Amino acid sequence: MKPAPFIRHVPKTLDEALKILSEVAGQDGRVLAGGQSLVPIMAFRLAKPAHLVDINEVEGLDRITSDGKTLSIGACVRHAAFHKPVVDNPLGALLTFVARHIAHYPIRTRGTFCGSLAHADPSAEWCLVAATLDATMVAQSTRGERSIAAADYFQGIMSTALAEDELLTQVRLPLLAPDAKFGFNEFSRRAGDFAMSAALVTYTVQGGKIAGAHIGVGGAEPSPRRMADAEAALNGQAPGDKAFRAAAEAAASAIDPLEDHQTTGEYRRDLVRAVVRRALENSVS
Amino acid sequence: MTAHTKGTGLKWVGRAMRRVEDPALVQGQGHFTADLPAVHWVRFVRSPNAAGKIKSIAKPAGALVITAADLKGVKPITPMLHKFSYRPVAQPILAETKVRYVGEAVAAVVAASEEYAEDIADLVEIDIDETAPLIDARDALKDGAPQIHAVAPGNVILEGKHKTPGFDAVWAAAAKVIKIDARSHRQNATPMEARAGHAAYDAATGRVTLTCTTQMPHLMRTAIADVLGMPESDLRVIAPDVGGGFGQKMSLCAEYVVLVWLARKLKSSVAWTEDRRENLIASFHSRDQYITLEGAFDKDAKLLALRADVVSNVGAYSCFPTTSGVEPLMAMAEMPGPYDVQQYQCLARGVLTNTCTMAAYRGVSRPIITFTLERLMDKAASAFALDPIDIRRRNLIEKFPYTSAMGLVYDEATYKETLEMAVKAIDVPAFRKRQEEARKQGRYLGIGFATFSERTGYGSPAFAARGMEITPGWETVILTVDPSGFVEARIGSSPHGQGLRTTLAQIIADEIGVTPDVIKVVHGDTDTSPYGWGTFASRSLVISGGATLIAAQKVRAKLIKIASTMLEAAPHDIVLENGAAKVAGTDRSVTIAKMAREAYTQTHRFKGEIEPGMTETGTYDPPGTFSNACHVAIVEVDIETGHARIEKFLVAEDAGRIINPMIADGQVIGGIAQGIGNALLEEIIYDDGGGILTANLADYMPPTAREMPPIELHHLETPSTQSITKAKGLGEGGCIGAPAAIVNAINDALSPFGVQIDEMPATPQRIRTALRDAEKAAKKTA
Repeated sequence: MKPAPFIRHVPKTLDEALKILSEVAGQDGRVLAGGQSLVPIMAFRLAKPAHLVDINEVEGLDRITSDGKTLSIGACVRHAAFHKPVVDNPLGALLTFVARHIAHYPIRTRGTFCGSLAHADPSAEWCLVAATLDATMVAQSTRGERSIAAADYFQGIMSTALAEDELLTQVRLPLLAPDAKFGFNEFSRRAGDFAMSAALVTYTVQGGKIAGAHIGVGGAEPSPRRMADAEAALNGQAPGDKAFRAAAEAAASAIDPLEDHQTTGEYRRDLVRAVVRRALENSVS
Repeated sequence: MTAHTKGTGLKWVGRAMRRVEDPALVQGQGHFTADLPAVHWVRFVRSPNAAGKIKSIAKPAGALVITAADLKGVKPITPMLHKFSYRPVAQPILAETKVRYVGEAVAAVVAASEEYAEDIADLVEIDIDETAPLIDARDALKDGAPQIHAVAPGNVILEGKHKTPGFDAVWAAAAKVIKIDARSHRQNATPMEARAGHAAYDAATGRVTLTCTTQMPHLMRTAIADVLGMPESDLRVIAPDVGGGFGQKMSLCAEYVVLVWLARKLKSSVAWTEDRRENLIASFHSRDQYITLEGAFDKDAKLLALRADVVSNVGAYSCFPTTSGVEPLMAMAEMPGPYDVQQYQCLARGVLTNTCTMAAYRGVSRPIITFTLERLMDKAASAFALDPIDIRRRNLIEKFPYTSAMGLVYDEATYKETLEMAVKAIDVPAFRKRQEEARKQGRYLGIGFATFSERTGYGSPAFAARGMEITPGWETVILTVDPSGFVEARIGSSPHGQGLRTTLAQIIADEIGVTPDVIKVVHGDTDTSPYGWGTFASRSLVISGGATLIAAQKVRAKLIKIASTMLEAAPHDIVLENGAAKVAGTDRSVTIAKMAREAYTQTHRFKGEIEPGMTETGTYDPPGTFSNACHVAIVEVDIETGHARIEKFLVAEDAGRIINPMIADGQVIGGIAQGIGNALLEEIIYDDGGGILTANLADYMPPTAREMPPIELHHLETPSTQSITKAKGLGEGGCIGAPAAIVNAINDALSPFGVQIDEMPATPQRIRTALRDAEKAAKKTA
């Protein structure tokens, strides 16, 4: 359980980082931020990158900013940064609520928001947040900068639209309406484990009816995504058990479930049904 | 001081003294095997296949890679049992012609660091002509199944059979027969410190010192010297601080044999530190059993007879010294548990498969047989429309000594008393009310009980009864008061977390009238500790504690003799306390330090009436004694996800005199943690090809602190007459009772659905499957 040999590069500026990344990308060069996923994989020798581009000393990547419409999260912002709300908007409270479900405390002090999105584990909480809230991913390379919508970004288990030489420098989350409601629920067998299914919901209530519902499900499919059928089941309904159950049922039916040696598709649907309904219940409690 | 030691004159025994072991451990000052520097590091190349013939092993040029071909003259590990049709299966130190499980060591790479060794190991190519593996014990028993070892036809390594005379007639007359098909999935003991060994050659003496993380240093020395054909005096084995063992570290590891062989060959130091993945796939596994148990009851729900069929998956080889009889034979011997049942029939088989070798793990089979028997009692209760507590009241043994249907003599036990203690403390009527109210809100609470007996502190006759070639049992302690008046006890036991350095000092302090702070307990080095069997099987406090007391009694007698000479008083007037001998009713006294000094330096004063010096030896080999307990779990099952949360856990326990209540509670709580893993979380899963799908601690799930419920402990301290310290063992009870109590509680919670879970771990997936099946069946009926 010792990593294979590698060379660690420690750039101080973004330009330098992108330049090194462009040089080593072809030799399985990887970006090292918090290292909470990459390093264990290297220890198991499931990944043997010849080069690591360590971005921890790059100036300016640890910033969280808001322009009143979006929240921008830099590449080196740790999970623990969200332990308290980072913005005076329901989004701040949402991120704080979700952050406490990520692994264990020591991991949250090292692991990064953007690193989680670049790794794209199907059950990662931040990936679910990005998918549900229609985040925009900002990728930079020596070739330039581009923005990728969440719907195009996730491409399967630990697979994203990022090219080998691109660094995910920022994730932009739209702020929520001031009266927006949110709810989150996840299921894991032990506290801090990867979620076997998770759901995040946001919506507003207009004239007693739900409007603009976002329902995202993670951990159940190769990538987290919004569940259009479940959102349709919710919009226009009064918040309450009937609507919540209908939305949960719609989500459970809509998924193409991940299966493994212990978890059947049927069980995954059971979990999705439970976490979606509970996230919705959590949104009003 | 516990209530029980009041009036006994005991001053230190019974106190919740802080452990003398802890300051160093919590400050990072412990000494562990992996801390030692070494010139050479070893990485084992392990078989990627579960079964097949080795065609070739390609070594990278220039690398030092050892294979079976290099180990000429090294004997295989061949444990022996002279009973139960045991087949002496031989395990080569490195796989020779065949591989028999994924993870079997095939080659040892030697390099200057762990990293380099792993780099080279990646380049070693093993070409195996793969054959279809046998993973499940029931498949291995099928006619025509491939044979894993030529000496074991039908893959049965041993077969225990028992049937009491008169069984058939009693069975035929029964009013009801209740049957349970229990399944216990495979586990790994998962000590916090995985295995590690360090062998260093000393050019001046030609000796090798093996430092390794073992529970039994003396037996490792004997076994490794045997296998390598070297004089035992040329090998010293040290068990330094050991980060947990739980039985996994009481078997001989082939890896340690390779290290000693390499140290002698290279005339240098060689080390290996196992990683977690290796530990999960290739150390030792346990608890992989199928048990079918039937109970025949009379019309009043009194148990008349038990019939058991035990199929124990023992893996690819047999572990040394206990052999793979350790699980199936324990299951057969102790299946009847705490119940009065005089008719018993059992067939217990150990079955070889292409999986990691089975060895002892805390509780050894008893978590499984207790689970099976306690599930049976609950199922019977429901069949007789009785409360689970009532059926136990009707069947628990009350009169002692009791001879079981297997011929075991239960010295004394308090099965009913601890059951009643637990029932009262948990407040069953209040729980039932809460359960009913919760159900109305769609919440499902359940309560589960487990009553059991825990055989502890057994000496050599108990091991001899199994027909073991190696019959551990006794322990020796050498107790010295040195010329400075300080006390040192050298013990053959090898504690690794049990706190024996503290508890033995408490026993000595009371016997010879000193304070524990002048006492040092020394263990874990074959050069300095007397031959002994180490620490396992809930034995050390009873047996090593007994040997300590015997040695201390001899020292006491000597001190009194010396004091009576020095103080010119009759021996019966001498009182030993607070580090001095006093003449009762006078102010005449002499310190123990002065007496000790004179025993070495002024022997002429005693006119040949004492042996010079102050060293006495005690050896103890007791018959064994049974602790007992009642465990209660309250759980809530989330029926939508199948998740079971333990709301509360309660134990009413009787382990005789408690030497140190804090340490005793720690043992019980730690055992319960492993029992929770057993009941709900931990499972080694093989795929059909024999690969392990749970090779890290994300997939193999021991409970964490956050899965631990509040635990309430009650002790009933009935002094044992079968142990000279009056103490019984309690190292395993926590994990023996917990799985049964928890799964019984889950079944109670799910009773409105007509669901029955007789499998562990009771994972959310299994619980949901059972609920879904019940829903489907209900729909069909409707």
